[in-house]
Amino acid sequence: MTSTTARRPGPRPAAHAGGRRPGASKRWRKFLLNGTGLLVFIFAVFPVFWMVSTAFKPNTEIFSTTPKPFPSHPTLAHFDLVLNGGIAEVSFWEYFRNSAILALVTVVVSSLLALMAAVAVARFRFRFRTTFLVMLLVVQMVPLEALVIPLFLDLKQLDLLNSLAGLSIVYIGFAVPFAIWMLRGFVAAVPRELEEAAAIDGAGPIRTFFRVMLPLVAPGLVATSIFSFITAWNEFIFAFTFLDDQNKYTLPIMLQFFFGRSGNAWGPIMAASTLLTIPVIAFFLLVQRRMVSGLTAGAVKG
Amino acid sequence: MLDTAPAVGKAPGRRSSGRARSRRRPRFGPYLLIAPTAIVIAVLMFWPMIQIGTMSFQKVGNRQLRGEPAEQVGTENFDKILNDPFFWQTLRHTVLFAVVAVALTMVVGTLVGLLLNKLGKKMSSFVAGGVMVAWATPPVTAAIIFSWLFGSTGGVVNWFLDLLPNFLVGGGWDDYNWFATPLSTYTVLTVCVVWQACPFVAVSVLAGLKSVPGELYEAARVDGSGPWRTFWSLTYPMLKPIFLVLVVMSIIWDFKVFTQLFIMSGLANRDAFNLSLYAYSEAFGSMNPKLGMGSAIALVLTIILLIVTALYVRVMVRQGEMK
Repeated sequence: MTSTTARRPGPRPAAHAGGRRPGASKRWRKFLLNGTGLLVFIFAVFPVFWMVSTAFKPNTEIFSTTPKPFPSHPTLAHFDLVLNGGIAEVSFWEYFRNSAILALVTVVVSSLLALMAAVAVARFRFRFRTTFLVMLLVVQMVPLEALVIPLFLDLKQLDLLNSLAGLSIVYIGFAVPFAIWMLRGFVAAVPRELEEAAAIDGAGPIRTFFRVMLPLVAPGLVATSIFSFITAWNEFIFAFTFLDDQNKYTLPIMLQFFFGRSGNAWGPIMAASTLLTIPVIAFFLLVQRRMVSGLTAGAVKG
Repeated sequence: MLDTAPAVGKAPGRRSSGRARSRRRPRFGPYLLIAPTAIVIAVLMFWPMIQIGTMSFQKVGNRQLRGEPAEQVGTENFDKILNDPFFWQTLRHTVLFAVVAVALTMVVGTLVGLLLNKLGKKMSSFVAGGVMVAWATPPVTAAIIFSWLFGSTGGVVNWFLDLLPNFLVGGGWDDYNWFATPLSTYTVLTVCVVWQACPFVAVSVLAGLKSVPGELYEAARVDGSGPWRTFWSLTYPMLKPIFLVLVVMSIIWDFKVFTQLFIMSGLANRDAFNLSLYAYSEAFGSMNPKLGMGSAIALVLTIILLIVTALYVRVMVRQGEMK
């Protein structure tokens, strides 16, 4: 990096460097930039860092009047309590299983639906195409917090309240619109010539789809799947409202319940939070680029 | 016009001819493909929206939950809420919070985006990775972490404020209770929500900045334009479409914020309610659920957001996203 700055012709930056040597001012500027960058990094990561750090601290250190960034006597006691003690009478793994089942069902069904619709939208011109696209956009803006009231009644009538099946149907509805929005870019990016070539070679549409389209949109499918996974994994208000039995609770509900009941037991609360958060952060970092492109697709074009 | 994922990076196979041509034109194909999605959305989104509309003119309580037909009450629910100062208080909270949070999110997010663009490659992806962590944190965990950071005993924020000299921040921070008044609760909420929302703005702005040709900045520098002027006369106009989308999305997200406030302050603390918490509490908060009333409040929120959404759709259509 320094080599590129050194190669630049000198006089130009000096125009506003106010007499200082251009090299020195550049180095100073770089130092300032990197310092600010580091500060931003610390601010962004600190809350999550503090969560993990608290989770490993013994109680005396958690409530110390002079908090230290790292635990001086790290302990696994809080994790042990969360994993084996059974928060609120039910084992952690039961909540984990509920969350995982919900997330998996949501991912599989919503990806399938989204792929079908994305192909339709990206590959065909048809009559209600624009209507459908506008609908997808509008739907993403609907306040889900408002829908919880009518959906509660609907699921009650169908006898699907207090069941993971009912909840997964709702999550599929929430995940699909964004998944289509994201996937259609990937489908559109597959060169049509490839499909045409397959067709000329005598492959039918279904074969073409599985042999040409599917392998090529696979990365996009992974990205959307992880997004749907996070949607279902993080969801709070519907799970909180619809689920009654403790053994059906999902992880976020367990966490909220635990937080509400044991107010200041920050060690175990932070340990449970860590267990809920780490998988999401890992997945998220895997797909963040694609998510951004899906959310603001087109806006960049100006 | 076909590639809508510009940041994906792979060659998107742009069509040379402007027209999208489709060799096969099956009559039912596309309709069959979108049918399941259309049904799911209709049943899970549009039908409930209509239900909110009809229920806001009904009385739906314990009796109706047991199966009795809903009681039509005309505009009674709306008469009640519109004449209730408490409703206006929650509306005020909602709007004020949204204004402050959106403004902060946009300013901080844009600054971070500009910084990421200026940093060297390695440092930039390092900082971006850190910023992503904030975005990825589940709202429930974020709310709980911030409750802990701002806790009155052992909270690191109070400890830090107590360390700072008194003439700067005042004294007595060591046992300050952040969740005692609506104003301080919303302060914590704002910090939490802005912390989570900034990364999205930053990364989007960064993506936008990458698309601005470097020669333009080169030219601005030759002309002696400072950073402030460069931003307003070059970066801002170039990224205007992206800013519009980001502002609208932030408004929508911050208007309906629920989970974080629910966890930080809860249903018991009515003083700090916003619209979505108020609607929820009316509908589910007591042994005497008032789902009709809750729907009426939710309808107000929905209408406000639909107006913002209409704006958003217009922007997207103008930008050619629907082609």
